[in-house]
Amino acid sequence: MSEYIIKNGHVFDPVQGIKGDKKDICIKDGKIVDKVGSSAKVIDAKDKTVMAGAVEIHAHVAGPKVNLGRIYRPEDKLFSCTPTKGMERMGGGASIPTTFKTGYEYAKMGYAVAMEAAMPPLFSRHVHEEIRDTPIIDEGAFPVFGNNWFVLEYLKNHEIENTAAYIAWLLKVTKGYAVKVVNPGGTEAWAWGLNCLTVNDPVPYFDITPAEIVKGLIEANEYLGLPHSMHIHPNNLGNPGCYETTLDTMKIAEGIKAKNKFGREQVLHLTHTQFHSYKGTNWGDFESGAKEITDFVNKNKNITIDTGNVTLDETTTMTADGPFEHHLTGLNHLKWANCDVELETAAGVVPYIYSPGISVCAIQWAIGLEIPLMMKDPMRCYITTDHPNAGPFTRYPRVFKWLMSEKARKTQIDSFKHKDKVLSQTAIGTLDREISLYELAQMTRAGPAKSLGLSAVCGGLKPGMEADVAIYNFNPEKPVADPDDIEKAFSRCAAFFKSGVQVVSNGDIISNGNKRTLWVNVKAKENPQVMRDIAEKFVKYYSMTQANYEALGHHFVPNPYAIEVDVTS
Amino acid sequence: METVTITMKNAPALYLEADTITPDTFAGKNATQIAGLSVHEGNMPSTLGKYFEVSGNAGTTAADTKIVVKGDVKRVKYIGFKMSAGEVVIEGSTDQYVGAWMTGGKILAMGDVEAFAATAMRGGELIIEGNAGNYLGAAYRGDWRGMSGGKILVKGNAGSDIGMYMTGGEIVVNGDVDVHAMTHAEGGKLIVRGNAKSKLGGQMVEGSIYVFGTIDVMMPGFKPNGEIELEVDGTKATFAHFIGDTGERHKKKKGVVQYGNLYKKI
Repeated sequence: MSEYIIKNGHVFDPVQGIKGDKKDICIKDGKIVDKVGSSAKVIDAKDKTVMAGAVEIHAHVAGPKVNLGRIYRPEDKLFSCTPTKGMERMGGGASIPTTFKTGYEYAKMGYAVAMEAAMPPLFSRHVHEEIRDTPIIDEGAFPVFGNNWFVLEYLKNHEIENTAAYIAWLLKVTKGYAVKVVNPGGTEAWAWGLNCLTVNDPVPYFDITPAEIVKGLIEANEYLGLPHSMHIHPNNLGNPGCYETTLDTMKIAEGIKAKNKFGREQVLHLTHTQFHSYKGTNWGDFESGAKEITDFVNKNKNITIDTGNVTLDETTTMTADGPFEHHLTGLNHLKWANCDVELETAAGVVPYIYSPGISVCAIQWAIGLEIPLMMKDPMRCYITTDHPNAGPFTRYPRVFKWLMSEKARKTQIDSFKHKDKVLSQTAIGTLDREISLYELAQMTRAGPAKSLGLSAVCGGLKPGMEADVAIYNFNPEKPVADPDDIEKAFSRCAAFFKSGVQVVSNGDIISNGNKRTLWVNVKAKENPQVMRDIAEKFVKYYSMTQANYEALGHHFVPNPYAIEVDVTS
Repeated sequence: METVTITMKNAPALYLEADTITPDTFAGKNATQIAGLSVHEGNMPSTLGKYFEVSGNAGTTAADTKIVVKGDVKRVKYIGFKMSAGEVVIEGSTDQYVGAWMTGGKILAMGDVEAFAATAMRGGELIIEGNAGNYLGAAYRGDWRGMSGGKILVKGNAGSDIGMYMTGGEIVVNGDVDVHAMTHAEGGKLIVRGNAKSKLGGQMVEGSIYVFGTIDVMMPGFKPNGEIELEVDGTKATFAHFIGDTGERHKKKKGVVQYGNLYKKI
């Protein structure tokens, strides 16, 4: 493999504590190394910013729900198609891009890893086929557990070992990465025409509460010592007053310590926090609860969060929170699709326009920015748009601009039709913090990598780590004349190396890299009861046989990267 | 106003996607530059000059530019695509997407036009002297935002699904219309001087339809609302008034429920 030396760049690497110093980065055999030979290819990064490849902790980029969006929104591809160009195959789609466009767009922004945030286990084969067809970036997928019949039945009796054995089995057969929970109990209740809006609403038939599901899954997660923590989209998403449910959910994790060998410190990851930080009683008196939420997270070190920034675009919402999507179509009256996934989960899809002319959308925009600006530790707060729910991931550079420049935020606030309401219902106008490049590297690289248990693998530039290196046309020594320059610089890398292969040059794709699928292989003792329960459920309830369930072999996971976890001892 | 005449001399074997034949793209260009504009024959990129003989130079702006299209352009799509000003005259029949997404200016098609003409049109004028195809002034596939402004006149007949998801503007059809006219409409006006088929105004929540001839089968969701004397498109007559589609959700404006209006000449 080629050797490279990236010279004269301003390096930002929270893993090594490097804050913009000029430092040479050496790449050999796909890894960062201390030094390379004299034949190494020299890349001049003078007056440029150098960071590790970014890590996406939560996005909906592969699977049946994403594809349902693609199928029922042909208009999303209208005027957003890109023709074949050099290495690039044609692509299309603005909020739900094709697999190829997804890989290219992440790479062009310097992203090396992306996590698909909700994999219905029954459709893991579909998820992996799409992941396989998304070039360059390494991807993993989180199977959903929060409404799964096995989990509900085991946790009703607080059977942590059985739950853990089931998780270990499911991660293996679906080639999954982490325990994802979406509206715990609520999506199952939706199959009965109901929902769980607080952590104490019982799930019909199963007679278990969301609080019991969340606590049990955290305990099972730590029992196994998985690389990532339980990753939760709590109950009551997107409703005025929902911040209380969010606080109640986070309180469940109080006093629980992380137990794992990956350096992960949190036991609960709260995702798209913006959607869960609403105060008020209706859309008229709707206001920000960002302060209450971030105060709690700042105090509790065993929680990490991602933001879920609203980008003020037309997009496609999609979630395993089936009842929420039904609620949403009742609000905006746009087309609705719903899908039930047998014993496991469900999903809904609705297009949504976050219009700057609507006060609620503008307030949502402000809340999404308040959260990272109010978080004291950037290592525990990561930037996402919950792609495509609050906006497409291709807007990350715009979110960076708003976070890094108070002027850019002010310009946006001034352009809102309901500016006064945004200022009275949120604290966005009082926040003068500007996120530094070092903090940005924490929020988009080192932080999410640590939360995912990948701190030894990616998110940094320490020798021995994956050679994922992004070089941006951004000179940190020069004052920013126009905030739009930030957005421009982070939209297209000057160069991007993925596992030691240069995949982007001057914003163009020059290689399809060597894409891998990340998954967690848990070696656990055989649990005959759980295996019997699984076999029985397949015979009694599933529409397919157990033999057809597994995402197995080269077709689905051609280039696996397994993270090994051993709980046999 | 400067006139550019393009004459088909070398007919394409496949359909030609010529979204560059608009006053906006021609503006400020001479005949040679216009001949060099890109088009697609099937999936292959090509130039306008390969198929058309170009004579005359365009004006400096779209508003100063008139395009006359001569010859057989039945296999040419997208004439007048996204145009904002100026004039296009098509001296014959043409294919799909004429005047699609147009925001201003005027198009005169002297023959027939195929489907998707004036898709999501926002302004301007489209006159079709022959017949119009399906989905005239409708929304793009999957979209819920159809024609929102401007005026369309069809001197012949129009196909099915015209004015689907229409939110504004006006369509006048001197002849007959096929099924599903004004489906899902949330505004706008459709005048049919001939006859209409079934599913007229299905799922319509706002907007108006005027029919001078017969309606094949009425939608069951429309209910009679008396008779009314009206002057429509220069004709004074008595119309039977229906409101609907009552199977749908209807907005309230100042406390009054808004319905789609269907008027049939008695």
